[in-house]
Amino acid sequence: MMDLNTIIQILDSTIRLATPLLLACLAGLFSERAGVFDIGLEAKMLVAAFFSAAVAATTGSVWLGLCAGIAASVVFALIHGLASITFRGDQLISGVALNFLASGMTVLIARDWFNEGGRTPALIDGGRFQPITLPFAEALSGVPVLGPIYHDLISGHSILVYVAFLMVPLTWYVLHRTRFGLRLRAVGENPGAVDTAGISVVRLRYSAVLIAGVLCGIAGAYLATGLAAGFVRDMTAGRGFIALAALIFAKWRPWYAMGACLLFGLLDAIGNRYQSIELLGIAVPGQFMQALPYILTVVILAGFVGKAIPPRAGGAAYVKER
Amino acid sequence: MPGTIHGVIGENGAGKSTLMSILYGFYKADAGEIFIAGRKTAIPDSQAAIAAGIGMVFQHFKLVENFTVLENVVLGAEDGARLTPSLAKARKLLTELAAEYELSVDPDALIQDIGVGMQQRVEILKALYRQADILILDEPTGVLTPAEADHLFRILKGLKAQGKTIILITHKLREIMEVTETVSVMRRGEMTATVKTAETSPAQLAELMVGRKVLLQVDKGRARPSDTVLSVENLRVKDDQGVERVKGISLSVRAGEILGIAGVAGNGQSELLEVLGGIRTGTGRITMNGQEIDLTGKLSDARTRRARGIAHVPEDRHRQGLILDFYAWENVGFGYQDDPAYNHGVLMDNDALRRDTEVKIAKYDVRPADCWQTARNFSGGNQQKIVIARELERNPDLLLVGQPTRGVDIGAIEFIHHQIIALRDAGKAVLLVSVELDEILALSDRIAVMFDGQIMGERLPTETNERELGLLMAGITDTNANAPLPQIVANLARTGGA
Amino acid sequence: MTLPRWADVVLIPLINLFLALLVSGLVVLLIGEDPVNAMKIMVNGAVGSSYGWGYTLFYATNFIFTGLAVAVAFHARLFNIGGEGQAQLGALGVALVALSLPWPHWTVALPFTILGGAVFGAAWAAVPAYLQARRGSHIVITTIMFNFIASALLVYLLVSALKAPGMAPESARFPAGTFLPSARDLFGAFGISFARSPLNVSFLLGLVACYLVWVLLWRTRLGYEIRAYGHSEPAAIYAGISPFRIIMVTMLISGALAGLMAVNAVQGEAQRLLQENVLGAGFVGIAVALMGRSHPVGVLIAAILFGALYQGGAELEFETNVPREMVLVIQALVILFTGALDNMVRDPVKGLFLRLGRRPGADVKAAE
Repeated sequence: MMDLNTIIQILDSTIRLATPLLLACLAGLFSERAGVFDIGLEAKMLVAAFFSAAVAATTGSVWLGLCAGIAASVVFALIHGLASITFRGDQLISGVALNFLASGMTVLIARDWFNEGGRTPALIDGGRFQPITLPFAEALSGVPVLGPIYHDLISGHSILVYVAFLMVPLTWYVLHRTRFGLRLRAVGENPGAVDTAGISVVRLRYSAVLIAGVLCGIAGAYLATGLAAGFVRDMTAGRGFIALAALIFAKWRPWYAMGACLLFGLLDAIGNRYQSIELLGIAVPGQFMQALPYILTVVILAGFVGKAIPPRAGGAAYVKER
Repeated sequence: MPGTIHGVIGENGAGKSTLMSILYGFYKADAGEIFIAGRKTAIPDSQAAIAAGIGMVFQHFKLVENFTVLENVVLGAEDGARLTPSLAKARKLLTELAAEYELSVDPDALIQDIGVGMQQRVEILKALYRQADILILDEPTGVLTPAEADHLFRILKGLKAQGKTIILITHKLREIMEVTETVSVMRRGEMTATVKTAETSPAQLAELMVGRKVLLQVDKGRARPSDTVLSVENLRVKDDQGVERVKGISLSVRAGEILGIAGVAGNGQSELLEVLGGIRTGTGRITMNGQEIDLTGKLSDARTRRARGIAHVPEDRHRQGLILDFYAWENVGFGYQDDPAYNHGVLMDNDALRRDTEVKIAKYDVRPADCWQTARNFSGGNQQKIVIARELERNPDLLLVGQPTRGVDIGAIEFIHHQIIALRDAGKAVLLVSVELDEILALSDRIAVMFDGQIMGERLPTETNERELGLLMAGITDTNANAPLPQIVANLARTGGA
Repeated sequence: MTLPRWADVVLIPLINLFLALLVSGLVVLLIGEDPVNAMKIMVNGAVGSSYGWGYTLFYATNFIFTGLAVAVAFHARLFNIGGEGQAQLGALGVALVALSLPWPHWTVALPFTILGGAVFGAAWAAVPAYLQARRGSHIVITTIMFNFIASALLVYLLVSALKAPGMAPESARFPAGTFLPSARDLFGAFGISFARSPLNVSFLLGLVACYLVWVLLWRTRLGYEIRAYGHSEPAAIYAGISPFRIIMVTMLISGALAGLMAVNAVQGEAQRLLQENVLGAGFVGIAVALMGRSHPVGVLIAAILFGALYQGGAELEFETNVPREMVLVIQALVILFTGALDNMVRDPVKGLFLRLGRRPGADVKAAE
């Protein structure tokens, strides 16, 4: 049986691994609730990871790195907006293209700038986000059970982890309690209603896509400067798609998104720690754990466990009709 | 003019909706100016139109289905960045408006749960909430029963009394005569006349609309019905949402007669046609020439229906009857791709299909007479001729035909009507569904009226009139009694889900 | 309005391609190389020698299969983004067949490996197809998920059941009786010398596939029904075409075509099953189908173009500072310009045609 320490370690790692998923998932949530499908979350995270690491490595400032990461991700978001909103192109194809572009471009530039085979130099000190110790963490660490949970699990993460989890209630509030949220949800369901109400569909969708860009930017920066210490090629490793899976799993709702990301983070954490795990006497291979998020998403999509219905106007550009 | 109802009338495609959409800033005008209360006003977008006091109720409602009534009303007219105060204010105002104009709706109901009549009220409330002085309604009665329409007109008269200006766009002469003070007639994108309603007549308006005298009467001889071809017993059909749309109807069509199904759009006629055409499943019993047809969808589809001698001209040629990006010749084979005449072993015999197309194009005078044009490049009338040619030339035992002349120019209407009558005279059975009462009266040998998924009654065209059919269409079977208002209201509530 | 056919099929793809190359040239310039020189090296490397042609056409063979897979699905308005996973499973199918018997000769083995690749590829497409047809699950998402599941499955098999002795996670080498004759062997038989390259008889198989797909789409009833369904589902139902059948059959064909890629890549080149047998070819298929306007001839041309790009990219890395990833960038830009930003070019071109007054059928088209 696992002891408390092991459980805390696994959960701690779950939180770290869930953070980029959560940020990307909320990014997708904003974009898709506004009717713009985004399978390019991976791309935005990847460019953000690279540029944040590259700038952090050259300037020594992780904050400048974060800004650069967000900026790069926003540029990609703008391209996606240009293709799918302004030129009414296929949103899925645009996402596919951006994924390739990010994958190729990051290595290309990395080689040109650093000549280290497509990676950035390892980040040290100020180039990384450092763990934050929450108040009283040290003082309370002696308390049985709750002490270690607070000290090791809740305290001691980098600032971006807390940002990610604070984004959940914030997203909920924006979506359901503000004018912007009302319009955003409306434009994903029936852009015609928004247009005739005298609101610009284009501007709303661009705002949603830009928010997605910013959030993916933070996610990518966290990957390269928080979770890891530098950029390596294709370091997102499908996280953008897991985030997409989590979004569907959560049926495009913020609190559920957090649950889904924590679940997928946990699977990842267990997979990292154990090659295979014994479950009811059967050895479950690690590869199965890796594939589990995707399998679960297919099951959800199949509607066997509560059907996931995407925003009604999702995936289609808005063209005025008679 | 403030405090008036102004009608805009014209045929389908005359440009009424386009003009009004420009007024609402939905489309951009190529040239020209707009004056409101004597002041020149630029309306580059809907925002400007709303600011200028214009409200519009579109033919296809612009509502967010999974939002509440309240959220829909507030959308775009919020008071601040936070939502709660706006919603509270709107709730108060809705209560006031409801009392003032007979416009009561449950503010917390979801749009997807309320009927079309209710949804239309939400659209009107949206405009009023934005303090519109000019209210434009585009074909507002198309989806309403006559009684619902009457209720709408009472609302409009109430609004007029409060000094609002109302522009009513319609192609129905009766509505113009009943509620408007002045009327403008549009034809082919031009305003042909503006007259006082009191000083004109339906006949004059009709002439202005089409540019020549309309022959609503179609020349046809007496029907000589013989054996029953189609017999339907206790048919029930559900739509895609699982709502029952056809509620146990029975009817029969004999060879050599046209049975017309009248009714307001959305009362189950579409589903009836689709079940008969094999597009939809249902329960009940249908026999064709005495043999039972499978309705479960397991043993039958549109393909097997055609094999049984049923041809189907669907209500919507763009959605169903044609593949707009296919060439004319590909469309002439559409639905009959299995025909041995078009096939050569495993491969299709495209040459044979093209030869057949040339023959049909010539016989039905389709223009341009070019089988290498895509269907999209033909006008509405010529598109419909392609569909009619394809289905009628099969010489079917039973022809199902829905809205045969929707969006079709006058010349083609006459041609299509004659073809349908010719098929009847050749001893075939025809089931005609149309929302145009004139068309039903002109073509049918018997008329059945559908309301809320049921047949309210059957009449002979020679022994009935528009008033009686109108009452049947509103679900009133006691057509001798004088407009029983409570029953109409009760029926309205019943069709709320329709 | 509709553009003349030649503009739609030739002019617009060419402008899109030109724009993609222009931006790629800028990227090359930014990393301090001469784009014109880079272009020269790529063209020369790809088609300047029999060695270059060998690799170009070898890559092109992969792309023909994955491109056709995407193209066939596009005709039914299905976006099969799962070519990668289907090809991985195809590789498994080919490997299982090849390893199952001590095959005497490649002519005996080939029909069975073709069957193995096709059946396994089709099977992997069947589940997303079924879920789309019966449950309405978005096929783009499910096929993406199936790509990841396929990859995990192969990794698992190659560390367990199929693992050959040794360190590397790969299968045993196929029996010699499955080895396909290379272009060098074939040309050699006629006394023509051709450089050593992985190009093999599968290329001919690819050409046959192009022809068969053309026949399928434009000369058979099934193809007619697939295209009709792709244009309008309600109309297809009206015509008695079963959406379930079309989705299933189209995706099975699509998956089978993707799976056939393994005959070239696994049986033809690697001669063993690896963890990564597809190396992105499934995704290149999307670019190929888009550029080729989903027509088999277009797919063939685009596949050869992308084959040249891949081979040229390898040469570029060898001779300059421009890394291989440049190919990914160009590929991304081609997909972006031809697939997503198409209207950016199309709208101005339409405007131009309108102004030139060369509007076919203008007098016919009446306002509705």
